[in-house]
Amino acid sequence: MNPGPRSPALPPDPTLRESATFDRRTIAEIQRAAETGIYDIRGGGAKRKVPHFDDLLFLGASMSRYPLEGYRERCDTDVVLGARNATFPLHLSTPVTVAGMSFGALSGRAKEALGRGASEVNTSTTTGDGGMTPEERGQSKHLVYQYLPSRYGMNPDDLRRADAIEVVLGQGAKPGGGGMLLGQKITERVAGMRTLPMGVDQRSASRHPDWTGPDDLEIKIRELREITDWEKPIYVKIGATRTYYDVKLAAKAGADVIVLDGMQGGTAATQDVFIEHVGIPTLAALPQAVQALQEEGLHRHVQLVVSGGIRNGADLAKCMALGADAVAIGTAALIALGDNAPGLDAEYRALGSAAGFYDDWQAGRDPAGITTQDDELASRLDPVQGGRRLANFIRVMTMEAQVIARACGKAHLHHLEPEDLVALTIEAAAMARVPLAGTSWIPGQGL
Amino acid sequence: MAALSEVLVEPPVGVEPTTVDLSTADVRALNGALHAPRVAETSPRWRVLHPDGRHSIAVGLDAEVEVEVDGHVGYYCAGMNKAATVTINGNAGVGVAENMMSGTVRVRGNASQSAAATAHGGLLVVEGSAAARCGISMKGVDIVVGGDVGHMSAFMGQAGRLVVCGDAGDALGDSLYEARIYVQGSVKSLGADCVEKEMRAEHLAELAQLLTAAGMDADPAAFARFGSGRSLYNFHVDNASAY
Repeated sequence: MNPGPRSPALPPDPTLRESATFDRRTIAEIQRAAETGIYDIRGGGAKRKVPHFDDLLFLGASMSRYPLEGYRERCDTDVVLGARNATFPLHLSTPVTVAGMSFGALSGRAKEALGRGASEVNTSTTTGDGGMTPEERGQSKHLVYQYLPSRYGMNPDDLRRADAIEVVLGQGAKPGGGGMLLGQKITERVAGMRTLPMGVDQRSASRHPDWTGPDDLEIKIRELREITDWEKPIYVKIGATRTYYDVKLAAKAGADVIVLDGMQGGTAATQDVFIEHVGIPTLAALPQAVQALQEEGLHRHVQLVVSGGIRNGADLAKCMALGADAVAIGTAALIALGDNAPGLDAEYRALGSAAGFYDDWQAGRDPAGITTQDDELASRLDPVQGGRRLANFIRVMTMEAQVIARACGKAHLHHLEPEDLVALTIEAAAMARVPLAGTSWIPGQGL
Repeated sequence: MAALSEVLVEPPVGVEPTTVDLSTADVRALNGALHAPRVAETSPRWRVLHPDGRHSIAVGLDAEVEVEVDGHVGYYCAGMNKAATVTINGNAGVGVAENMMSGTVRVRGNASQSAAATAHGGLLVVEGSAAARCGISMKGVDIVVGGDVGHMSAFMGQAGRLVVCGDAGDALGDSLYEARIYVQGSVKSLGADCVEKEMRAEHLAELAQLLTAAGMDADPAAFARFGSGRSLYNFHVDNASAY
């Protein structure tokens, strides 16, 4: 997608007035649609401004709370995922995990880099639509194998090779939608893994082919446990919409871990109208999920992994405080590998975009060599160096969250709590269910 | 999980099958025993009694064993099967042989919806009829149905062959990729981009092979062949009404 006019530059004549309804971006999109006859497809998550974790602040310790001494007193970050039913739950050193992204959408080297980076900091990475590659399995200490509606590349050997299984119902960028990997990325290897002809547009179904609804899901989860002898944690991933009910149903269906993906979560290729207009923000969904688990008596027994716009240690700490057990990063992980790097600006501009704006992940022409199947472009990414950059980034996120947790007097990131938070806006206060800063008012919960 | 010795009703003697009675043993113990290392050498034949509609019977098998189930099974019987031969002397619930990789699964009765969904290989024989979405997203499996199939069968079928000796319901082969479909009876309607194709000699030959493998007595010449029109392989706005 062309970035177009980002901030309203001054009109040539100060007497000209731009319509708030038909602004230049809107006009340009109408003109583009009229010319091409097709909707805009792009990668990434929602770009519109929505209430987010930046709208929350922590209340550091002072008189009534004791802080922990930075650099001296421990603040632990480990997390165990999937101990509810699995013989072998995941023991991770940081609650920052890497979200599901497919080989096909990403190059094999990018998947390898994600595995290397995650393993270096003893956290998990996740496959995607299209199966498990040897590079990814080989470099991932903890690999979560996604079980998607399309079942591309799904086979029981990989299921047994995985460390956890994630049943995907939806994702934040397109809850209720299937997928489309455009033909230019269906190379011989991708086509072979997905049992498709080369060059076709690969459609992914929006519903699983052999189960419908929560009662069936319970039976499906049981089947996956039986196939893998009850060894692996079973995750259920949902896109954030009717989160309260979805989380209750997933937990009652037997999920060990629930992955909740808000509308800022990225996608490899989806209609812009879908990304921007379906689903709810991560901030709005997380408290609903926690409430649902608490009411079932399953909070902290069924772990909650939150994704969708997680960018730094502050976001991580705020998710922990609101009741998450871990987070997953996708877009931020790609940026850490080198996506949208300033040094590639000229090449992005040649594609009609610019560094900091590039979102044509569906096109397969990524100058950073990440969202591509072109061998020459893919070779630009060094998986060892990329892995190191991702590990650095996850370390920084974790340390940032520790800084905040110690300031709040917490010896573990999981000890952060809603009481540590206030909101800057009424909207964020209502969604996060924490007081508006300087007041004791939580909108929707009376005075 | 129960030990194997707790699962057995009769210990294996010679070539006699190892018998498991699910009125006393649970499915988890049965599957655990079927997944045991070297099971094909130590217990190549199994007989399961009183399945009584239980789910996930004989799933995830990865050995050349023969399993005979005496009665009706619930969801996902023989799911993700590899190499094993599973025979169900009764009806099968949703998703029998789902995602099968190889081996043979035979249902003596009828199969519920989504039979052999997403299956990559092997042979599923349904001697009765199969309900809706038979062979949905099939990826290489061969399916032979003695009776009819329900609506949306072979939906998004990518590879493999679906043989229907009876009639097919609505929207057969909708959004088909490269799976091939043979129907002897009537087709209520074809799905998007599914078209009837010429039955050439090579198709008659492969159909005869499939019918023989399934033990079906039918004349290949009485079947019609259906496949993808390939007009929806790459999105074009002029086809928008077909989606």
